[in-house]
Amino acid sequence: MLFISRSFCCLGIRTYQLRTYLFSRSIKLSASATMASKHKNTRRIEGLDSNVWVEFTKVAADPSIVNLGQGLPDISPPSYVQEELVKAAAVDRLNQYTRGFGHPSLVKALSQVYERVCGRKIDPLTDILVTVGAYGSLFSTIQALIEEGDEVIIIEPFYDCYEPMVKMAGAKPVFIPLRYKNDGNSASSADWVLDPSELASKFNSKTKAIILNTPHNPIGKVFTREELQVIADLCIKHDTLCISDEVYEWLVYKGNKHIKIATFPGMWERTITIGSAGKTYSVTGWKLGWAIGPQNLIKHLQVVHQNTLYTCPTPLQEALAQALWIDYKRMDDPDCYFYSLSQELESKRDRMAQLLQEAGLKPIIPDGGYFMIVDISTLNVDLSDVDEKQPYDYKFVKWMITSKKLSAIPLSAFCGPETKRHFEKYIRFCFIKKNSTLDAAEVILKNWNK
Amino acid sequence: LQAKMSKRVQARRLEGTEKNIWVEFVKLATTYSTVNLGQGFPDFPPPDFLREAFERILSGGNHMLHQYTRGFGHPPLVKILAQFFGKLLGRELDPMTNVMVTVGAYQALFCCFQAFVDEGDEVIIIEPFFDCYEPMVKMAGGTPVFVPLRPKAPKDGKLMSSADWQLDPAELASKFSKQTKAIVLNSPNNPLGKVFSRQELELIADLCVKHDVLCISDEVYEWLVYDRKEHIRIASLQGMWDRTVMIGSAGKTFSATGWKVGWTVGPNRLLQHLRTMHQNSVYHCATIAQDAVAQGFQRELELYGKPDSYFIQLPKELQQKRDWLVRSLDAVGMKPVVPEGTYFLVADISEFKSHVPDVPDSDEPYDSRFAKWMVKNKGLAAIPLSAFYCEAHKNNYSHFIRFCFAKEEATLKAASDILQKWKQEKSTP
Repeated sequence: MLFISRSFCCLGIRTYQLRTYLFSRSIKLSASATMASKHKNTRRIEGLDSNVWVEFTKVAADPSIVNLGQGLPDISPPSYVQEELVKAAAVDRLNQYTRGFGHPSLVKALSQVYERVCGRKIDPLTDILVTVGAYGSLFSTIQALIEEGDEVIIIEPFYDCYEPMVKMAGAKPVFIPLRYKNDGNSASSADWVLDPSELASKFNSKTKAIILNTPHNPIGKVFTREELQVIADLCIKHDTLCISDEVYEWLVYKGNKHIKIATFPGMWERTITIGSAGKTYSVTGWKLGWAIGPQNLIKHLQVVHQNTLYTCPTPLQEALAQALWIDYKRMDDPDCYFYSLSQELESKRDRMAQLLQEAGLKPIIPDGGYFMIVDISTLNVDLSDVDEKQPYDYKFVKWMITSKKLSAIPLSAFCGPETKRHFEKYIRFCFIKKNSTLDAAEVILKNWNK
Repeated sequence: LQAKMSKRVQARRLEGTEKNIWVEFVKLATTYSTVNLGQGFPDFPPPDFLREAFERILSGGNHMLHQYTRGFGHPPLVKILAQFFGKLLGRELDPMTNVMVTVGAYQALFCCFQAFVDEGDEVIIIEPFFDCYEPMVKMAGGTPVFVPLRPKAPKDGKLMSSADWQLDPAELASKFSKQTKAIVLNSPNNPLGKVFSRQELELIADLCVKHDVLCISDEVYEWLVYDRKEHIRIASLQGMWDRTVMIGSAGKTFSATGWKVGWTVGPNRLLQHLRTMHQNSVYHCATIAQDAVAQGFQRELELYGKPDSYFIQLPKELQQKRDWLVRSLDAVGMKPVVPEGTYFLVADISEFKSHVPDVPDSDEPYDSRFAKWMVKNKGLAAIPLSAFYCEAHKNNYSHFIRFCFAKEEATLKAASDILQKWKQEKSTP
């Protein structure tokens, strides 16, 4: 204000400059006000900005914390896998673009492996799409085949990206929970089941797809043939798609078998099966995944892919192809990494379960995958004074990180809005960790009550 | 029991986005070509320092680099990008909020359209354009609005330059409406090689500010400018930082297109929405290549402006290749448009029209038929210019084809030999 009154005493030029300055400032201010409204985000991403990983990976990044949260192996990938990447990167042309829908040697290797597993011919060029992680396959599938007006059935708890991806496609997620069948003292992932009539009631004429995840994250359930048949029958009856997230397909423990729903009669035509190099070879940072299915469905995923990122990195695809050939040739051999990894993980699973039980916690022993959920209500930790309006398990994990230096992921992150209350006494631990990490976790758990 | 999916299965958002020229032309090149100047990728390797960085990472024993990194960008990479581009833009950039890493510049573009373009929004696209802009706008439910660069006849005896292709200011202004959400700028421009001048950028900037429009600035060829021209970043112009997303590419910067590492730089106000889009589509980008690219940028930051800088070496080398190809084409009667930037040039093939018979009532633009005939009969692959125009305008400039000259000398010489032989065949009765 003082500045203004002073300038009025000065030469006309200065006054003019001041006036234009103030005028342009006010234009700028009102421009930024309109900018704020016109440059708003699109409807499709409205409300999808928060994410459990963004929240918890930041918190757990502190190296003094024993991190059993995010599904991140801290074991080394097999040496031959790493060597293949060294070899691939040394070839000049493998540092340039490759075929958009999947590097030729990779789709060939995938078709061979899965032809053997599925017992049917798989065309590498038309029945397979290579994507940026299984995450990318989920995205391409949903963008290609799901839209406004559709309903998509999601089984709870669910890998958290299913819900926002379905919403981004404009569709309605319809949730159905796995329910714990109280069968005495057993605490196995097999105790968590779908109620067949409840499931049937979720299907209607708007149901475009059901998302299946087996082996299941976070519970570790491996769906049985009978359970899959119930789902398949409903898909066929209602002419519905099945999006089958099978990233943990090789990680099944003794007494269990991974079964592909796409191999059931009437299912190949309507199923997209998703796999992951990250989970198969403990190389989550390679971000390579694939979608396999009939040409008339995969062709639409390919259209999405060509309009989103076009092609995946070449040297990684070549290395993965070579690694798959190595293991394809020994698929009859117990040394095959597809089997040896699950053997390695089974002992880690058993150790983890024992440590948790000894600390007075109730783990649910998974039949597959590398996660274990744990009932923490037995500890009776009072967090009522924590102000945040978050579910109990969120508060518990944050408390556990700060006071026990151990991290996990709250299970309510994997639930729809109606079911969060039912799962807020569970947290998820990841056990694909090297021995020293599990040793450190053991120390914390043994000293829990001190 | 119904075995097949009987209802219409694909989503409506795919309508009009199914066709893709690369799928067709890459297949043709793979099948027929002996010399491939078609798809835009170098046939020489990435620089040694970059390959060494990759090797060091793999032999370094830190196997955690085979696991997930930060979703929005590997910390060493976003830090160096913030430093580097902050220096170029003359502003302080926060690596966590002003930079996001993507799977190639392609995915950066996709995130921009998905984050900002809603049904009913118009997006201005300057023709000729990198072909993905149109289907991406459509997939987001937007309406592409095209405005052409128009070629001015060159002075007598001179070859046309990409600078001779210009926007008509009044025509450009007329394309802005209340529905205009964004304009896509690509400078240096693929396929022409045009490097927009300061005045041209100011023209666009003024309209963006006046109509409160976003600018999606595809600058993947930012280092490939010739004849001492300057690449000017529109985000550095008055009123533009707040409304611009700048897109870059390690593939083009470091001649490693197969690594698929790209990035976006912009204000947090805009990048926050790109992050939402990214975390709900691919979430993470591969770790190792990001780490190697970070090391590449570290070296370039230290050598910035010095003769050893790759950002000085590469354009110097490519300029020679450009000049070589220009001479070869001119010598045989294909009239090249000399590009100011990128590693592409377009050439007028009118003098060769007699070779490729005109097909009456054909839907296919002439240059497309010409390019297909040429790869099948002469083994030389190039891309028709009409591929870079919308359906309605494909026949406006249908006598140009695009060549990529980021190729070894031997490749360029082989191309020249094919053209020479062809010219001789033409003149012999």
